[in-house]
Amino acid sequence: MGLFILRRFGVMLLTALCLTFVVFFLTNLYPNLEKLAKTQGNQRMSDEQVEAWLGNRGYLQPTLVKYGQWLGVVPGFTKTLDDGTFVGTCTRPGSTEENTPRYCGVLQGNWGYSTVFKDEVGTIVGKRLGNTGYLMFWVLVLMVPSALIVGVLAGMREGSALDRSLSTFSIITTATPEYVSGVIFIAIFTSSTVGLKWFKGTATQAMDNPTFENFFLPVLTIALYGMGYIARMTRASMTEVMTAQYIRTARLKGVSFPNIVMKHALRNALIAPFTVIMLQFPWLLNGVVIVETLFNYKGFGWALVQAAGNNDIQLLLAISVVSVFVVLVTQLISDIGYVYLNPRIRIS
Amino acid sequence: MEPLTWTGSIAFLNPLLMIAIAALLLSIVIWIVGSIFLPEAPLSINMDGTVSSGSGLRGLTQNALRFSFIACVALALAYIVLGIVMGTSAGIVGAVSQQFLPVWLSLIILYAMSIAFKRRLGLYGKLFDSPIGMIGFGLVMFWVFTGIFGALDLIVTHDPLVQLSGMKNKVPGTPLPTAEEGEYAWYLLGGDNLARDVFSRMVKGAWIVVQIAPLATLFAFMVGITLGLPAGYYGGRLDTFLSFLANLILAFPVILLFYLLVTPEIVATGVPNYMAAVLFLFPILFIGVLLNSRYYTRPKFRTPLLIGVLGVAIWLYLSLISTSGFIINTDSYRIWGLPTYLDLFDIPGGILVVFVSVVFVNSPTVFRIVRGLALDIKTRDYVAAAQTRGEGPWYIMLWEILPNARGPLIVDFCLRIGYTTILLGTLGFFGLGLPPESPDWGSTINEGRKLLSIYLHPALPPAFALLSLVLGLNLLADGLREESLKD
Repeated sequence: MGLFILRRFGVMLLTALCLTFVVFFLTNLYPNLEKLAKTQGNQRMSDEQVEAWLGNRGYLQPTLVKYGQWLGVVPGFTKTLDDGTFVGTCTRPGSTEENTPRYCGVLQGNWGYSTVFKDEVGTIVGKRLGNTGYLMFWVLVLMVPSALIVGVLAGMREGSALDRSLSTFSIITTATPEYVSGVIFIAIFTSSTVGLKWFKGTATQAMDNPTFENFFLPVLTIALYGMGYIARMTRASMTEVMTAQYIRTARLKGVSFPNIVMKHALRNALIAPFTVIMLQFPWLLNGVVIVETLFNYKGFGWALVQAAGNNDIQLLLAISVVSVFVVLVTQLISDIGYVYLNPRIRIS
Repeated sequence: MEPLTWTGSIAFLNPLLMIAIAALLLSIVIWIVGSIFLPEAPLSINMDGTVSSGSGLRGLTQNALRFSFIACVALALAYIVLGIVMGTSAGIVGAVSQQFLPVWLSLIILYAMSIAFKRRLGLYGKLFDSPIGMIGFGLVMFWVFTGIFGALDLIVTHDPLVQLSGMKNKVPGTPLPTAEEGEYAWYLLGGDNLARDVFSRMVKGAWIVVQIAPLATLFAFMVGITLGLPAGYYGGRLDTFLSFLANLILAFPVILLFYLLVTPEIVATGVPNYMAAVLFLFPILFIGVLLNSRYYTRPKFRTPLLIGVLGVAIWLYLSLISTSGFIINTDSYRIWGLPTYLDLFDIPGGILVVFVSVVFVNSPTVFRIVRGLALDIKTRDYVAAAQTRGEGPWYIMLWEILPNARGPLIVDFCLRIGYTTILLGTLGFFGLGLPPESPDWGSTINEGRKLLSIYLHPALPPAFALLSLVLGLNLLADGLREESLKD
């Protein structure tokens, strides 16, 4: 088991390295750098000025060198400009030659400086992740229990009225992406034309002061899309368990139906959905980006859109590291959890 | 011109529809509750030893449900039929159903033909045995026909890009201030923020989806199958390497990938063109290997066949990837492609990028599914039999394993078209790839959502259109799964 986890961590590290290199390569292509120079310097810079600006800040070094600098295995780029300002990859506004460290990379715990937000990447990502973590917590609180209940209720009597209506419900939710359900919810519950005005159409205030009124719609929007899928998986697993021999035995010896479902079937039926819930995280990440844009909730997904839209290289890299980490760790947890829940499987 | 109301002179149907819908909802609730609490239908043993079951209270709830459902469907049909006959005098509903006349006709013809010959049509015919599959197929074909006829300018009432003054944010059914001769006199579903016709934009948006989604899914399947079969069949190093690559792409958040691939800056570097050149190679490889592995024992037949098929395929491939004479055309360097006089069609840069990135995002998942299926099927006896016969590995993969994996693959194909539709919408929602004035559903939703608290009509039609298409594809996949399990 220890070896298995160790090997998975190795693969994880390799994946993260490859991924960040791909992101690094794509964001450092010349047209992207040109855009960065123009947004940071001056929109009307000529081609020569752009080149000089980029050259002075070390953007025109070979990609591998720059990647090494970001990782922290190559000394950072520094240069004193003609007008005496000291610039480089490790500098911050106002720093001088003396107080600038020689290496500044991820290995040194330095995630870089965001060109959009004018702040340390580490602080930004931490703060935004906090917001998104809060959102995700409530999404999971809403999504997982309701999906499991829907799935178990639908699966305990296959083909019954309850099964058919709940299955239809879960198919409809899987067919409704967040930007559709979000728009429909905003239209119905917040607009002045329909007049229900039960909720607020933006979640901007929810960052400081989350209330049911301004926070429920974003949570519901993310939860609904993921819910249908988990419910369908739970239903499939439940119907399979309900046809098993030991359930028939329990029925024949006269155990009541609620007891069969609660005591005999439920535990075995929940093994498969556990994996599905874990593997659902990467999808939730997507939903988070859409919903945060739609409801203007300034979390991780919102930061991703801002960073990508403005080619903020170091922020983008940090964001991709975090999301890769989330994806791979949830995969690992789902594998390990599966073994613990299902004693028939052993990792060799 | 008078503004149109929603139902015009067939408004007498509205209370009936309300009653029918209320009855339907009520009977659904009673049906569900009844299925839990009411006793099973009683069985009675007759004198001659047979058993018959009465309908009981449960049967009553089922009958109530059936009749109220039939009433709802009949009323909806009445709206459509009366609308077709009466046109704009039946209000917006009537006018819209009249505009969709070619779609209704094609649907009726398609269903009549399919149901008449369903026993001879294999899996497709069996679809018409399952009500869920039929509903799903109907929804999908509705949008397919809408897309096709919309592209032929049959359904649309106005040019989706033209702005008419005075129509900004106007509610559905508003007449044009100055309607010229031969021009449709109303904006049926209102005008958007730039005074364009919402209805025509929605119809034109269907064509973009119908064009890109199935084709992109097909390409993703070609890539996934061509790589997944050997990975599952051979295993070992090849499998480890390919699985690592697939997991690498899957670990990317899709939206980050889109932001990295589908920006004008990246298009300027030519990266999408390189990706297109590589990804579009897989169908040629697939077809070539497919035919070669089957017919290589008959070189006299094989050689001309391969020359013909691959010639056409390569010609299509080159015209696909080369635009105005170049495969890659950036500021710093260019690579020559097919000369323009041989180039069959040009794909606008925006569409090509969208297409490539959607294929790129979908193919690792297909790869994993195909690999899993191949791993499972390669242990079967018929594969061992083929190996003993001395068949080549590619013959076994493509002509023994693949046909036996078709059931799950067809179902996943339907689901994946739906997912691709959602991805296209996501791209539009973030304003990536397609030009900003393009009428695709994602962009229209994105534009409409900004004024959503005041004007609902620009955002909702494309949202419901996308919802119904994806729902149709999901139901279709469900129906197919059910029917293919019956074999």
